[in-house]
Amino acid sequence: MSARTLFEKIWDAHVVAPESADTPAVLYIDLHLVHEVTSPQAFSELRSRGLKLRRPDRTLATLDHSTPTLPPAANGERPYANAEAKAQVAQLEANCREFGVQLYGWDSSDRGIVHVIGPELGATQPGMTIVCGDSHTSTHGAFGALAFGIGTTEVGHVMATQCLLQRKPKTFAIHVDGKLPRGVGAKDLILHIIGEIGVDGGTGYVLEYRGEAIEALSMEERMTVCNMSIEAGARAGLIAPDETTFAWLKGRPRAPQGAAWDAAVQAWRGLRSDEGAKYDREVRIDASQIRPTVTYGTHPGMAIAMDKPVPAARNAVEQRALDYMQAKANQPMQGTAVDVVFIGSCTNSRLSDLREAANVMRGRHVAKGVRVLVVPGSEAVRRDAEKEGLHEVFLAAGAEWRIPGCSMCIAMNGDLAQPGQLVVSTSNRNFEGRQGKGARTVLASPATAAASAIAGAIADPREYLTEVAA
Amino acid sequence: MKPVTRIHSRTAVLLDENIDTDRIIPARFLTTTERAGLGKFCFNDWRYRQDGSDNPDFPLNKPEAKGCSILVAGRNFGCGSSREHAPWALLDYGIQAVLCSEIADIFRGNALKNGLLAILLDEAEHRWLLKNPGIELSIDVREQAIELPDGGRIRFQLEAFARHCLLNGVDQLGFLLQHHDAITHYEQTQEKAA
Repeated sequence: MSARTLFEKIWDAHVVAPESADTPAVLYIDLHLVHEVTSPQAFSELRSRGLKLRRPDRTLATLDHSTPTLPPAANGERPYANAEAKAQVAQLEANCREFGVQLYGWDSSDRGIVHVIGPELGATQPGMTIVCGDSHTSTHGAFGALAFGIGTTEVGHVMATQCLLQRKPKTFAIHVDGKLPRGVGAKDLILHIIGEIGVDGGTGYVLEYRGEAIEALSMEERMTVCNMSIEAGARAGLIAPDETTFAWLKGRPRAPQGAAWDAAVQAWRGLRSDEGAKYDREVRIDASQIRPTVTYGTHPGMAIAMDKPVPAARNAVEQRALDYMQAKANQPMQGTAVDVVFIGSCTNSRLSDLREAANVMRGRHVAKGVRVLVVPGSEAVRRDAEKEGLHEVFLAAGAEWRIPGCSMCIAMNGDLAQPGQLVVSTSNRNFEGRQGKGARTVLASPATAAASAIAGAIADPREYLTEVAA
Repeated sequence: MKPVTRIHSRTAVLLDENIDTDRIIPARFLTTTERAGLGKFCFNDWRYRQDGSDNPDFPLNKPEAKGCSILVAGRNFGCGSSREHAPWALLDYGIQAVLCSEIADIFRGNALKNGLLAILLDEAEHRWLLKNPGIELSIDVREQAIELPDGGRIRFQLEAFARHCLLNGVDQLGFLLQHHDAITHYEQTQEKAA
């Protein structure tokens, strides 16, 4: 057999019926993740057709998008944004009962953002196909799984058949050479990559991140990188599994155990692109040149090192984006006054992200007038963070410590910014109005977000880390 | 899905590039458990002013755009989230086709599954349509051609299966369910190997 890429190996292993000129491939899906926002209409479809959910054992549900991040009142009532949000959550609870799906709901000590708990539980494994009605499903590609977001119609397809109709996408290798400088992390790297290839540079492709700088990343960092593949237009991003992956997964509740574990690792070791495998497109990125990076416009491709001047608009559309952001051409983003800081989301709400933010905030106080929300990605992250006392660091600094959920990343649960406010956010999208109508979003790493909270303006976290070291 | 064979309308134009799904329908309207009735939220934060009245600067609010069911939009339309609420909202608002030089993958798939024609054009044709709003077009799905008022035609590519489903109103879930035996066989083979 000719040399194959990692993507091709996973694809080939999941073809139930091959594609032809007339029909797409029927692709088997190993794991289906479900949440309250994009599933109700799919469950209704099954019900109206009298269909069963084919593989409840390959389906896992949680509550994350519409859920409040403030605790319940004394009477147990949760502070939902509105009655519809409450009804949507109740609907998923009822649907999971009716169709036999395990729900990591309010009563679960493992509830959390769907892309945080899948890996935490060990449900996400190398070589799998994983889908969810959520575009950030690309996160799971960090484990060498082919993982991508789907619409609600397709959610129904997977529920009923455990399969999807798919045309084979093209492949795009992103080689990241060298080492990331000290104080520069995975978020800076992926913002830099999207800035380089563009917000639509990955459309039609599955990305494979490879090279020295990628191999050096922790699993949490790899998830941050793969998470934002969709922000370059790619439905999926992949990183070949290695010892880092296996060590992270070992012993997790849904991971294989004992002899099955050894056999699985043996198989997973083959999940890498063969020498000489051909990609449809390739780029090289030099990690050593990357600096703390933020966005300055209204999509993630408008990203730049925070100390570099914002480029002048090349057309009316770009000018409109700069005007919306109140960003000035030829001036750096560093130093821009900040109103709100959000640390959370499926991009950056894991324990290592919270540690990174806490390292900057420890012993310091948030600047006057700045509101800071820290929202852990899951109950497990919350537990671990509290065990380490990270919540005390945040609370002492004047930040809010919330309960897990998507929160201000998608701003549909009532956590949102006011018109005109500038939010430094560790999330993944800086679209107009994403974090509240008229709100202005600057995407950044947890360290940059924390430094900006302290300074009251977009700040280089390396200055804060140096002080701690000194 | 009802068959979609031909769409005839004047064009409305949104020049903006990268119109993302949050702009098409802001997330706060996603708490619904239904597909229907989302048209009133379509382009909500662009279309209405703070007081709830129509924003006269929103191109689709202009009198000449009223009743247009073909939308020509700047490149990379539909980027962002996987929310199928975006094509549901557009269809309910009255848009039946989106013409663009680049359309985000997930949005495009969602659109076609709902009978919203998401059609890719080459850059020169796209540029020309962006510059000429309000022209009368007829989109022929069978012929994969857009007929212009002067009798000219723009050919477009459409994935064969998507075209077949549009023309015949094929239920894709029904098609997948016909693979029941092959799926069962695949599962059995996998379990034996494990």
